[in-house]
Amino acid sequence: MELLERFAAGDLEAFEVLFRQHQKEVYAWIVRIARDTGIAEDLTVETFWRIYKHRAGFKPDGNFRAWARRIATNAALDHLRHARRETTLPENLPSAPRPDSAVGRETGDSIRKAFQELPAKYRLVATLALVEEESYADIAQAAGISESLVKVRVFRAVRMLRKKLNSLRPEVIAK
Amino acid sequence: MNNDEINNVKELLKQAVTPVRGAELRRDLWPQMLRKLEEQPLPIHNVRWFDWALASLAIAALLFFPGIIPALFYHL
Repeated sequence: MELLERFAAGDLEAFEVLFRQHQKEVYAWIVRIARDTGIAEDLTVETFWRIYKHRAGFKPDGNFRAWARRIATNAALDHLRHARRETTLPENLPSAPRPDSAVGRETGDSIRKAFQELPAKYRLVATLALVEEESYADIAQAAGISESLVKVRVFRAVRMLRKKLNSLRPEVIAK
Repeated sequence: MNNDEINNVKELLKQAVTPVRGAELRRDLWPQMLRKLEEQPLPIHNVRWFDWALASLAIAALLFFPGIIPALFYHL
């Protein structure tokens, strides 16, 4: 029996093989949304817990990677929904070098605050599309929504950010 | 709002919230996964709704028509 068939039938060893094959990729996806390494580890385990729980619904001829990414996105979105008011964006993540910027520290704080206050579903697409520069198609597949809805949410997220920044620091938007 | 305005916000956002690069998982999470599986056995509500509906129908049929019980045993 194939690995995915064994997994769907509830074979724990098959699940372990799949876990070890995909944990790094799932973690790398989640950390870009949650932006916290510790939380990303917990959410990776939560994702595989959900995967195992819903194994009967997985079609063995389907794409496990895409399915796992979708569940991971939902787990990360649930986290953003419940934790967005309590947490602040951590600064200790390995990140791309910051471009030379005219954005000062206070302005940066204002932008992060405005970003933090976005509703979870808008923050999800804003993070992936605007910060991480993922394609709309990939985001749509991961979030289980249409590409046009991703575009709409990005547009609305930008509009909300502009509005919030206008009230916090109008000079930034006016530039 | 035009494309320039979107790009303006995008640039501001990218300067304040930098993209994550090279955040690799530093440890194997399988032991943590096993602990979670042991601590949280699969809940009973994981049974699909139509299985519950079928079971309920069977129980209701036995309660309202007890006469079918001997027939059921005969066929078993």
